[in-house]
Amino acid sequence: MRRRKGGSEPKKPQNSSSQPADSVAESNQKKGNSAAEDLNSGKKKSGHDENSSNSNWKSKKKQRAKSWNCVDSCCWFVGCICSLWWILLFSYNAMPASFPQYVTEAITGPLPDPPGVKLAKDGLKAKHPVVFVPGIVTGGLELWEGHQCAEGLFRKRLWGGTFGDLYKRPLCWVEHMSLDNETGLDPPGIRIRPVSGLVAADYFAPGYFVWAVLIANLARIGYEEKNMYMAAYDWRISFQNTEVRDQTLSTIKSNIELMVATSGGKKVVVIPHSMGVLYFLHFMKWVEVPVPMGGGGGSDWCARHIKAVMNIGGPFLGVPKAVSGLLSAEARDIAVARAMAPGFLDKDVFGLQTLQHIMRMTRTWDSTMSMIPKGGDTIWGGLDWSPEEGYECCTKKSKNGNNETGAPNDSGNSGNATKVHYGRIISFGKDVIELHSSKIERVDFRGAIKGNNLANTTCTDVWTEYHHLGAGDVKAAADFKVYTAESVLDLLQFVAPKMMNRGGAHFSYGIADDLDDMKYDHYKYWSNPLETKLPNAPSMEIFSMYGVGIPTERAYVYKFSPTADCYIPFQIDTSAEGNGGSCLKGGVFSVDGDETVPTLSAGFMCAKGWRGKTRFNPSGIKTYIREYNHAPPANLLEGRGTQSGAHVDIMGNFALIEDIIRVAAGATGEDLGGDQVHSNIFQWSERINLEL
Amino acid sequence: MSFLRRRKPSEKQHVAPSSEQKLEEEEKEHHSRKNEAKNKEAKKKWSCVDNCCWFVGFICSLWWILTFLYNAMPASFPQYVTEAITGPLPDPPGVKLQKEGLKAKHPVVFVPGIVTGGLELWEGHQCAEGLFRKRLWGGTFGEVYKRPLCWVEHMSLDNETGLDPAGIRVRPVHGLVAADYFVPGYFVWAVLIANLARIGYEEKTMYMAAYDWRLSFQNNEVRDQTLSRIKSNIELMVATNGGKKAVVIPHSMGVIYFLHFMKWVEAPAPMGGGGGPDWCAKHIKAVMNIGGPFLGVPKAVAGLFSAEARDIAMAKAIAPGALDKDIFHIQTLQYLMKMTRTWDSTMSMIPKGGDTIWGSLDWSPEEGYIPSKKRKQRSNSTEVSGDSGTESKSRNVKYGRMISFGKDVAEAPSSEIKRIDFRDAIKGKNVANNTCRDVWTEYHDMGFGGIKAVAEYKAYTAGEIVDLLHFVAPKMMARGDKHFSYGIADDLDDPKYNHYKYWSNPLETKLPNAPEMEIYSMYGVGIPTERAYVYRETPSSDCYIPFEIDTSADEDDEDKCLKNGVYTVDGDETVPALSAGFMCAKAWRGKTRFNPSGIKTFVREYDHAPPSNLLLEGRGTQSGAHVDIMGNFALMEDIIRVAAGATGEDLGGDRVYSDIFKWSEKINLKL
Repeated sequence: MRRRKGGSEPKKPQNSSSQPADSVAESNQKKGNSAAEDLNSGKKKSGHDENSSNSNWKSKKKQRAKSWNCVDSCCWFVGCICSLWWILLFSYNAMPASFPQYVTEAITGPLPDPPGVKLAKDGLKAKHPVVFVPGIVTGGLELWEGHQCAEGLFRKRLWGGTFGDLYKRPLCWVEHMSLDNETGLDPPGIRIRPVSGLVAADYFAPGYFVWAVLIANLARIGYEEKNMYMAAYDWRISFQNTEVRDQTLSTIKSNIELMVATSGGKKVVVIPHSMGVLYFLHFMKWVEVPVPMGGGGGSDWCARHIKAVMNIGGPFLGVPKAVSGLLSAEARDIAVARAMAPGFLDKDVFGLQTLQHIMRMTRTWDSTMSMIPKGGDTIWGGLDWSPEEGYECCTKKSKNGNNETGAPNDSGNSGNATKVHYGRIISFGKDVIELHSSKIERVDFRGAIKGNNLANTTCTDVWTEYHHLGAGDVKAAADFKVYTAESVLDLLQFVAPKMMNRGGAHFSYGIADDLDDMKYDHYKYWSNPLETKLPNAPSMEIFSMYGVGIPTERAYVYKFSPTADCYIPFQIDTSAEGNGGSCLKGGVFSVDGDETVPTLSAGFMCAKGWRGKTRFNPSGIKTYIREYNHAPPANLLEGRGTQSGAHVDIMGNFALIEDIIRVAAGATGEDLGGDQVHSNIFQWSERINLEL
Repeated sequence: MSFLRRRKPSEKQHVAPSSEQKLEEEEKEHHSRKNEAKNKEAKKKWSCVDNCCWFVGFICSLWWILTFLYNAMPASFPQYVTEAITGPLPDPPGVKLQKEGLKAKHPVVFVPGIVTGGLELWEGHQCAEGLFRKRLWGGTFGEVYKRPLCWVEHMSLDNETGLDPAGIRVRPVHGLVAADYFVPGYFVWAVLIANLARIGYEEKTMYMAAYDWRLSFQNNEVRDQTLSRIKSNIELMVATNGGKKAVVIPHSMGVIYFLHFMKWVEAPAPMGGGGGPDWCAKHIKAVMNIGGPFLGVPKAVAGLFSAEARDIAMAKAIAPGALDKDIFHIQTLQYLMKMTRTWDSTMSMIPKGGDTIWGSLDWSPEEGYIPSKKRKQRSNSTEVSGDSGTESKSRNVKYGRMISFGKDVAEAPSSEIKRIDFRDAIKGKNVANNTCRDVWTEYHDMGFGGIKAVAEYKAYTAGEIVDLLHFVAPKMMARGDKHFSYGIADDLDDPKYNHYKYWSNPLETKLPNAPEMEIYSMYGVGIPTERAYVYRETPSSDCYIPFEIDTSADEDDEDKCLKNGVYTVDGDETVPALSAGFMCAKAWRGKTRFNPSGIKTFVREYDHAPPSNLLLEGRGTQSGAHVDIMGNFALMEDIIRVAAGATGEDLGGDRVYSDIFKWSEKINLKL
């Protein structure tokens, strides 16, 4: 209506010509419209209309001025935004899918072909079936049975996807994601199950690929779902429990057998990632062990069904990050966040005590204990010794030509060669980190008697075992000052006895003296490469593929939590900073690695522990080390980069994908060029004195 | 820009009234004139675009608020509303049976039917870029609208082999997601899965045997090793469940696919799976067929003959031309036909058993069926259309004539029909070859003579229809002949029946030797179902399919079985009761030559009742329609009970609403 009156175009010229008349008529309006009628006799009707509409207009004017107030402006604004958004959305959808690529190519010059396309042009064809074994955290979990608060979430992802429900009902989410404290299995009335199929871990969250890029590249040379299998499992529970509860190991066995049979007897190439590496170690032992504990596949099952195991970023010997996670529910990222916004994490997301809830949840997950550093001081170093000592974070970096913004390049090679004591995985207080071991006064905590519960009354809803520790115990733990990989186990046993008892039933962290000891038939040793033998499969190949060139957490400086009231009593001392070229930053000592797994853990077994015929590798399975040097993405359009070495982003690394495709299409490790090493892994391995 | 424009006039409007007070009349006059001019400006500027923006903004905000409220609403809210209106709802069967203490026992295998399974792209041509591992079939079907021709190209198979065309790989989606929802919100298996989960099922005990439903059954094994996969998965599930046998639940075409599987798995390699003659006995507890087209469906004939079924024929009658032109720019139906004719699986559902089963020119097993009267007697359902009188003259509809040309032919006694045999007619030159070449349907090779010959044969029975299809689409049927057969075996021990093309025809195979197994036939009844068609030649046979359903053929009678050129009979809207029920009602009942080991069979019919209110109940909990029956509470309860260990006797044996036993009696088949 309004619009039509205002914009009645044909009337306008006529109107403007009679404008003076109109205004006269308006001023004489009390007399009536007769004068105007006379003046406009030619167009009587229309003039009248115009007139009255004009007078209407005048009276409406004020209303209008008022009515276009805040709300309307808001509406108008929102409307503009919405329309714009729709137009953009429309043009985005109308845009050909290859458009971003054109733009990128226009800017940076032609991109290299993705490895799948390149190798398809080389004539490679799908040959061996492929099995993916996802790692911790990256696999989706969905709800099959829940409590009242999770209504409507049946078969929706609780883990992975958008995590929408984490924000909508956080406490409910924590309740459902937690496992039973005692058994490490489902709590009553709750069934969370892994998503199965390739969708389980192709994308972790929308847009954040894990396996998707590799899958797409494999598809280029002819792979499809019949010869790719995602061995999804519930990564929260211990490895043997996945079999007990879900028969996951049996499912993997059956699927591998099926794929080998339907592809004409061609053996599978297994590609485990992260914790999947340990899971698959466990599987290889399980499958050959007789029922009921094992899969009863016979002693040559691996030899008959597996061509190669291509471990990506495998924490064979554990990761120090797991210790800090279990001890104080934090890793570098969280510690930094806490330093920047103190109090925020302690209060916000879950209503109260975020970290406590996280710790409570993660401590029910047995699998986290699979990644506690293994091999003790022999591998990880003692108080005054460590295999990586002498490693210089910065000089190393500049040597490799990485101009990372975060690295303080200006420090030059100030290398006053302060030996970092990486062996001390946890130190209490800045002062002890550089002291020689003889100067540290340590008070043994193991005999300390646990006192009364601290603040028992207020904190009971958040079950972390710290509430059973008295103030004295916390002090005792801190008075020991320095923990090596071995004593860290005792520390965890001390602060979280129930959790470690659960873990003790499923995992072991030692080094076997005699691998033929009967006790090593138990499944708790199967995921520790230092306490098991590799299967008898001389034609099999084991690859250790991982990124290097990123500072990776290796040791921590801890302090008492300032407010030990209802909180976790320890936290990383973010104020502990080293000078210039030091590896200490924000309370964390870092070393070469892929941001999560230190090189030592990922590479040692293939570099030394399994190299040639050793007692851990009696049949002399060939091992190869393939390191990928990290290079950050050249520009944002590249996303997470095609040369990344980071723990998860490496799954999009072109060189790694190419290696995998070549092996899947039939190549051997020799064809790839054997070892490819950028770090000092061989030198470090030499220093480790392990009986082979 | 626009923001600036907006602010200027409003400022001046504010200034205007305040200054007005101080000014004298002249000035006032002058001012008002000025104001007026400004008004016009304002009028213009606050016009179209701003109002649109305002409107859009208003709608958006409202929408957001509603979305927010919807999201903030507890999930159980709709249920509260429903209960407030209609009184407490019955518990879903899963909850009910869980309260009775039923627990997950036997592993369950779902075999989806045609059309309902998702297909995704693994390799495609240039035009399908960016669709890698996206669903082409199922899901939102977004690509059909965005790039229709590309979509048709990728969904089609090779004309000659019935396998992938070069450079295209479209593969079935795996896992329960393959067919839980067909499109968002349209459940297929999801409700059943949810109810089974209530008594403890989860993915380790439920397996969706997804397959590429476009391919012939044996080709699924050849290309994807799908049958081996089913075998391996059933074996795994039986092994990990302590030897408890599997309950198999095929739906629609999955029923005949699973018949094929049961033969395949026991046949020796390489043609079969080499599972040994007791594989089924060792691994299968029960096969609970839902809406199984054991003997084919007449709809398949109409689909293959003229790419239409009742729904499409109706649409064509309502909006003539729309389908012929719109979506694909040109010739929608032709493209549709071109695509569907490359799908071998459609031929698996051509009516089997010929005249013996489906009736001849003057006879049919269902004759005397009166739809509305029966409905009234049977149920006191308050259907709006069910208020016809009971004075129905019991006329014999000649269902046996599956295709008649002209309504008069459909009703005339056979002696009055002049039929000229078409089989020897010589096909003429191509019709309009130059313009229609891009759409390959075999009609273009037929010529006018051929088309005329087809129409002059007047009436076709089930047996003759196979010949008809051979005549109009020789290439397609040649492909189909390698994979399917439509006859009745005289001697089942004839070695030729070892060939896989017979395995999906229950009249040409024996059931496996598994006396403990049970076979259920579960289907909906009470919905008019297509059974026979009245055809005519297409008026403008220029570039079009030369035949179409004669939608003008209607019956005045209220009790009509003929409507828009389609004769209907009792069934589940897709499969006639005869096809779904006959095998279990008669041919496999007791020890027969088709069922040598005497596997027990049960007929379970579910009478259709439309949802009592549309909004809240959705597709109904008592539906008998072909797909909606998957949400039928009674059916789900039966399935859950069997999965939890019950036998057919525990369920109460047969449960029959239709005249299936009477009709079966009329069929004269050697047993």
